[in-house]
Amino acid sequence: MPLIENFNPLTDKMFQVLDHEANVVRPELLPKWNDEKLREVYAQMLFLRLADFKLINLQRQGRCGSYISIEGQEAAQLGSGLAIEKSDWVFPAFRELGICYIHGVPLEKIALYWMGNEWGSNYEANVAPVSIPVGTHPLHAVGFAWAMKLQKKPTITISYFGDGATSEGDFYEAINFAGVMNAPTIFFCQNNQWAISVPRSKQTLAKTLAQKAIAAGIPGIQIDGNDIFAVYAATAEAAARARAGKGPTLIEAVTYRFGNHSTSDDATKYRAKDEIDYWRPRDPLVRFKLFLQKKNLWSEEWEQKIADEARGKILEAAKKAEETPRPKPDDIFDYLYAKPTPELEEQKAYLLKFL
Amino acid sequence: MPLLTIADAINQALHQEMERDSTIMILGEDVGVDGGVFRITDGLLKKFGPDRVTDTPLAESGIVGTSIGLAMAGLKPVAELQFDGFVYPAFDQLISHASRIRNRTRGKLSCPLVVRFPYSGGVRALEHHSESMEALFVHIPGLKVVCPSTPYDAKGLLIAAIRDPDPVIFMEPKKLYRSLKEDVPKESYEIPLGKARVMIEGNNATIIAWGSMIPVALKAQAVLAQENISLEVVDLRTLSPLDNETIFASIQKTGRCVIIQEGPRTCGLAAEISARITEKMSGSLKSPVKRVTGFDIIPPLLKSEEVLSS
Repeated sequence: MPLIENFNPLTDKMFQVLDHEANVVRPELLPKWNDEKLREVYAQMLFLRLADFKLINLQRQGRCGSYISIEGQEAAQLGSGLAIEKSDWVFPAFRELGICYIHGVPLEKIALYWMGNEWGSNYEANVAPVSIPVGTHPLHAVGFAWAMKLQKKPTITISYFGDGATSEGDFYEAINFAGVMNAPTIFFCQNNQWAISVPRSKQTLAKTLAQKAIAAGIPGIQIDGNDIFAVYAATAEAAARARAGKGPTLIEAVTYRFGNHSTSDDATKYRAKDEIDYWRPRDPLVRFKLFLQKKNLWSEEWEQKIADEARGKILEAAKKAEETPRPKPDDIFDYLYAKPTPELEEQKAYLLKFL
Repeated sequence: MPLLTIADAINQALHQEMERDSTIMILGEDVGVDGGVFRITDGLLKKFGPDRVTDTPLAESGIVGTSIGLAMAGLKPVAELQFDGFVYPAFDQLISHASRIRNRTRGKLSCPLVVRFPYSGGVRALEHHSESMEALFVHIPGLKVVCPSTPYDAKGLLIAAIRDPDPVIFMEPKKLYRSLKEDVPKESYEIPLGKARVMIEGNNATIIAWGSMIPVALKAQAVLAQENISLEVVDLRTLSPLDNETIFASIQKTGRCVIIQEGPRTCGLAAEISARITEKMSGSLKSPVKRVTGFDIIPPLLKSEEVLSS
C-alpha cells in the first residue's frame, strides 16, 4: 500500500486522483465502480447538497434553531464514508451532515437535532453524537479504537474535525495517544480554510496540517478533499492499514467552506468574494459532474430527476422531524444518570408543578 | 480480618474487581511498572498485563478523553490522575463529555468510567499537590463524586464506583493513605453510592465532614465528649449525590450543625450543605449552621502549611 506510507507531508504535492478539470491523473487509484455506481454516488452527493440547503432554509424560516452548513465539503464526507464499513464508528464534530447521513443516521434525526431536540442524537447508527467543543472528540475515537484493538474486533474509528481543531491541545494528545497505542483510527481533518473568521494561515505556520502527524510518529497525507476519488482512495487505504494493525493515519482533506460558519454568522464581514470565486469551480459537485460528463454519464434530465427524488426524500424527513412531538419535560432530568438521583427527582417534581 | 490501610484497601479492591470483570482496565501516568506514585496500583501490571494496566503518555486530557472512548465501547476504564492539581487539564473532558454522553444521546450511549486521584494537603508537598477542590466536580451535573475516609469504606466505595453505570470521580485523601489501619473483609463488598454514614451518634450537634477532615471531626468529637458535649459525626462518603436523608435526620435529632471542609470556603460543598439544611430544616435548627473551612487561599508550601496545621 504505497500511497500513505510513501507520502511525505513536508514536501509532496496534495494527492489527487482527478485534477481540477476532472482529468484522471492517477487512473490506478480510481475506485472499481461501474457506471451505475458512479451515478449512484453522484446522486448521493447531490442529495447531501440539497439536504444542506434545506436545513439552512428551515433555520431561516425559524423552524431550526441553528444549522452548520457542509456546502463544499460533500466529497470529503461522502468519499470517506463510502470507504469505511457500517460497523465502524464515526466521531463527528458539528459540520458533519454528510458523514452522519452516509453512515446511517436518518436525515429526520439530523434535522431533529438541529431543531433543538436531543432525541435527534438517539439512533442506531454507529455514529457518536455531535461534538461541539472543538478538537475534543478525536480522543474519544482513539479510546474507542483502542478498545476495539484490545477486544480484537475488526472495527475501526474515524473522527472528523476542521483546520481550527488542529490547533487544540486535545488534537495533539489524540494523535500522540493513537500512535503509542497503535489505535485503529483515522483522523480526518477537513481543512476548509476557515475557523469562523480566522483563516488557515493564522492557525499555524506549518505548511500542511498533515505534517503534524510527523511529530506523533504516525503517517499523514494531504489530499484534495474536493476530489471524491482521492478521498475514497486515501480513506480506504487508511482503513485497511488500521484494520491490519498498522495503526492510525492523519488525513488532511483540503476543501472549502462555501457557506457561513453557521446560521448565526455572516462571512461577508471577513471573507473576500474573490476567494469564493476562486473556489467555485473547485466545488466537488462540479468536478464530479464534469467527470461524469466526460464519460457521458450525465444529462440535464437525469440531474433533474435525481434532484426531484432527493427533494422528495428531504421534504419527507423534514416533515417527520417537524411532526415529532416536543420532548417531555421529564427528559431533561431523566438521562443525567442511569437512575435519577433523589435531588433530581425532587427538582423534576418542582418543575412539573408549574407545567 | 486483616488490618489494611486506605492504600491497601484500594489496591485490594482493584485486584478483586479486575479479577471479577475482564472489561476493567487501569490507565494513567506511572500506574504500570511503578505501581503509581503512591503505589496504589502496585502489583496490578504483573498480574493483569500491559493491556489492562497501561502506562499512558503524560497527558491528563488524553487519559480522560481516551477513557471516554473506551467506556463508550463497553470497557470499564479506571483512570488514575497523579495529583489533585493535575486534574484540571482533563476538566474539559469531564465537564463537556464524560458527564454528558448519556444525556446528550438520551440514554443511547453512556460513559461508565472511574477517575481516581489523590487529594488533600498536609503531606509537605510542592504546589499543585495539596488541593481539595471537590466542589468543582460536585457542581457538574452527570458526575458522581466519592470521597472515602476509612480503609473499609475505601474498598467498598471503590467497588461500587467501578460497578456504577455512570462516570464517578473518586477522590482519595492522600494524607490518610497510610495513616490509619482497620479491619477490612477479604471478600468483595459494595458500599452504595449516595449513602452517608453516621460514624458516631450524638445529641447536641452534628458535625458533617468527608475524606481528609474526618479525623479532625473525630478529634473534635472526642475533645468535646470530655466536656459532656455529645457530637454526632456524619461522614458523607459520597459528595454527589448528597445523602440529604441522613443529613436531615441528624439535624432533626441534634438541631445544630457544623460542616468541616478542607477546601476553600467560598462556594465550597459546605456552603451547599448549609443552604440545604437552612432551606429544608429551619424548623429543627436551634442555631445557625456553621462552617469550618479552609481559607480562600492557594494551599501554601510546607513552611506556612505547618503553621496552619499546628
